[in-house]
Amino acid sequence: MSLSERLHPGLNLAGTDPEGHEAAEEVLFGFWIFLMSDLVLFAVLFATYAAMSVQGIAGGPRPAEVFDLTAAFLETMLLLLSSFAFGFAMLEMKYRENRRRVLSWLLVTGVLGAAFVGMELHDYYVMITAHAAPPQASGFLSAYYLLTGTHALHVSSGLVWMAIMAVQVMVIGFSTPVKLRLMRLALFWHMLDVVWIGIFTFVYLFGVVS
Amino acid sequence: MNWELIFGQIKWNSFVFSGAIENPSLSEFIASGAGFIAVLGALAAVILLTVKGWWVPLWRDWLTSVDHKKVGIMYIAIALVMFARAVIEAALIRAQQLSAYDGGGFLSADHFGQLFSTHGTIMIFFVAMPFITGLMNYVMPLQIGARDVSFPLLNAISLMLTMAGAILIMVSLVVGQFSTGGWSAYPPFTGIEFSPGEGVDYWIWAVSLGSIGSTLTGLNFAVTIYKKRCPGMTLFRMPLFCWTTLCTSILMIFAMAPLTAATIMLALDRYAGFHFFTNGDGGNMMNYANLFWLFGHPEVYILILPAFGVWSEVVATFASKRIYGYTSLVYATMCIAVLSFAVWLHHFFTMGQSANVNAVFGIATMVIGVPTGVKVYDWLLTMVGGRIRFTTPMLFHINFLLTFILGGMTGVLLANPGVDFQVHNTLFLVAHFHNMIIPGVLFGMFAAVQFWFPKVFGFRLHEGLGRASFWCFAPGFLLAFFPLYWLGMMGATRRTYMWSDPSYLPWLALAMAGAALILAGFALMVAQIVVSVRRREQLAAPLGDPWDGRALEWSIPSPPPEWNFAVLPQVTARDPFYEAKKAGIAYRSPAAYEDIEVPRNTATAPLIGLFACAWAFALVWHIWWLVVVSFVLMWVVVIVRSFQTDTEETVPAATVKAANEAFLAAARAAPGVARDREMTSENRGRALPEGLEGRSGPVSSRAPVEVLP
Repeated sequence: MSLSERLHPGLNLAGTDPEGHEAAEEVLFGFWIFLMSDLVLFAVLFATYAAMSVQGIAGGPRPAEVFDLTAAFLETMLLLLSSFAFGFAMLEMKYRENRRRVLSWLLVTGVLGAAFVGMELHDYYVMITAHAAPPQASGFLSAYYLLTGTHALHVSSGLVWMAIMAVQVMVIGFSTPVKLRLMRLALFWHMLDVVWIGIFTFVYLFGVVS
Repeated sequence: MNWELIFGQIKWNSFVFSGAIENPSLSEFIASGAGFIAVLGALAAVILLTVKGWWVPLWRDWLTSVDHKKVGIMYIAIALVMFARAVIEAALIRAQQLSAYDGGGFLSADHFGQLFSTHGTIMIFFVAMPFITGLMNYVMPLQIGARDVSFPLLNAISLMLTMAGAILIMVSLVVGQFSTGGWSAYPPFTGIEFSPGEGVDYWIWAVSLGSIGSTLTGLNFAVTIYKKRCPGMTLFRMPLFCWTTLCTSILMIFAMAPLTAATIMLALDRYAGFHFFTNGDGGNMMNYANLFWLFGHPEVYILILPAFGVWSEVVATFASKRIYGYTSLVYATMCIAVLSFAVWLHHFFTMGQSANVNAVFGIATMVIGVPTGVKVYDWLLTMVGGRIRFTTPMLFHINFLLTFILGGMTGVLLANPGVDFQVHNTLFLVAHFHNMIIPGVLFGMFAAVQFWFPKVFGFRLHEGLGRASFWCFAPGFLLAFFPLYWLGMMGATRRTYMWSDPSYLPWLALAMAGAALILAGFALMVAQIVVSVRRREQLAAPLGDPWDGRALEWSIPSPPPEWNFAVLPQVTARDPFYEAKKAGIAYRSPAAYEDIEVPRNTATAPLIGLFACAWAFALVWHIWWLVVVSFVLMWVVVIVRSFQTDTEETVPAATVKAANEAFLAAARAAPGVARDREMTSENRGRALPEGLEGRSGPVSSRAPVEVLP
């Protein structure tokens, strides 16, 4: 294999040392598998939502009555932009290893992510107070809160992870384990984007149309 | 500060002993007795550890270890302890049913409900799962020529989460009641409306912990097999046990998530008034059945596939013959793994979906019989022309072939929705799945213990007692479960706490006799282990290859060193060690040794397990401060660990060389033992290479041995 084939994409470890990259591949492959099993969890929640958003209304509000598309669209933009910012953080890490710049991009990512979670909590608040639609109201709402709540919980734990990584960048610097952790956090963050696109499409757009 | 703030819903009458005082009856005395045994067992363990001064070694060498071999042994230890409890519960279930004519019997209905619920939950999640996980942990890395799994710490965390679940379920013997909803915990019965109290919560959190542990295990093993095989070990050179481990791991990655989702939804229903599975308000309990069996059916194959791997190793070794149809066995395994996701609906044919849906799943279910049949033929054909030694594992294997086929045929019967409607929810079904799981999985694990024990501990198990236990287990199983087929066809429902048709009696009596035989078999197995430990000098086989083994694990000393392989092996064929012995190149000294990096022991995993256990216990009893504290602590441990940089230590090449050269010298100097003498004390673990014995005619045990350089 040529040198470039042995290097893991998106990373620059110890002066492009092939062995280090091969060890890194094992770690990242494991994380891909974790993401896959996490996606199975989301798939199950989506399937549950698909059934309950039709059959679980039980005299309560319907999807179209409680969803706010404008808010959902803004949330989508926030999350996509935060992923974009994380992309820049990773490029800075790969090519410049400049702590200040990486941390700044992480900060941008984190602020956008936190704004996303904040807006989603606000959505919940509006649904519960203005539409009388708490999760206890019907099977549909239970499934809605669990699906979006699981996603929000993932984003929130991503934020905590990001804060810890910021500290590690400051304290430890760009060691190979820290780089690999940032890479995995990036993968995690992007996966949450993909899941959110699914939620935006199937929950919000379909919900408002139907 | 009031009581409830500190202790949640625990009251003095939550303790099992209060029942016997307040409401004395045989049923309550049995419950209290079980609680006492749990408490006394824990106390005895504490006293033993203190008197022998084993606390420090236990912590330093075992609980904090991330070595896949020790993790594997601890998994199997959990499985055996939990098996002891669940098999006694099974005997109690049989005794109750025997004595329950016209409302007789000695257990209350509620107590009986708890018994079958804990029996099922424990046997699946805390016996079968840890048993296969422990075995895969121990054997798979050795067979692929790896020094450890890909993520050793994650492996230890999986173990500790499983242990936390097992501890939680043991605690439920003493504090509070367990669920009466069966191992599958169907709502709405297990919802808060019909099952208030802590029982279902114990089930939810114990199962969730085990489920998360298994997900992580599957991930870890799949990555290990994909990335950590030694040079030359292509996928199609792997021993079949590794293939079945790979398929099981893939199933774990995909199948555990639906279970986690189902338990979380049930928990939200119970704790927060959600409406996933409630009666009314848009709840849909049919979704639970789908989610549970979307996990539950692959789970069946998660359990049986590693056992199939064991059978493949056992039959090839004890027939002294290369496995027949290797490639077809691999493809059959993969087919089973894929099909296992396409049949979950056969667990609830009677739920009310259309006949066409039932037909599709019924046919898919029957189709699974095809790859399984392929495997059975392969095992049979492996024996043809082989020189079979009827050792204990081989006896289990032959028994497996005979009884598993019968169970498979009743499975094909049940796959027909028309038949299923007749025998649904009867003892026929109970007979069927025990018929698959006991001779298939459980006896497979017992055979594996007999087979790999000398590898793990450096001495063989006592063969006579092993065969004695087999001759109790095998007929015991037949007696205990075949009558249930008849009872099921006569209409006896499963989980029944009493009955009134006198024609049930002889069958129930036979089943009771079978249960007694199984208990005797277990007692003999325990005796076998005790006796073998005492006579370990005579049974010692430190040279690593007592059975004329085929895969790489037999090429290293028993017990293996911490680093497994002094030098990573180079593989050029299937059955690499067997081929090396035949070619006369086994036990050669490597050209050079290198330093080996091994992960340091760490308290991370046991601390996570401890806090996870406290967290789950607090959730069961609504002790909210403890929920928060233990959850935070769990993650603090993870975060603190992430700041540690010095997590590995180096074993110097000189140490490795000294140990390995001493082993190789001893192996070369040993005379080697012929197969017909392998059960004598002559067997020190150096097998006489088959190629040198000659292939035909009886083998003289005094055949000359060429000691190869």
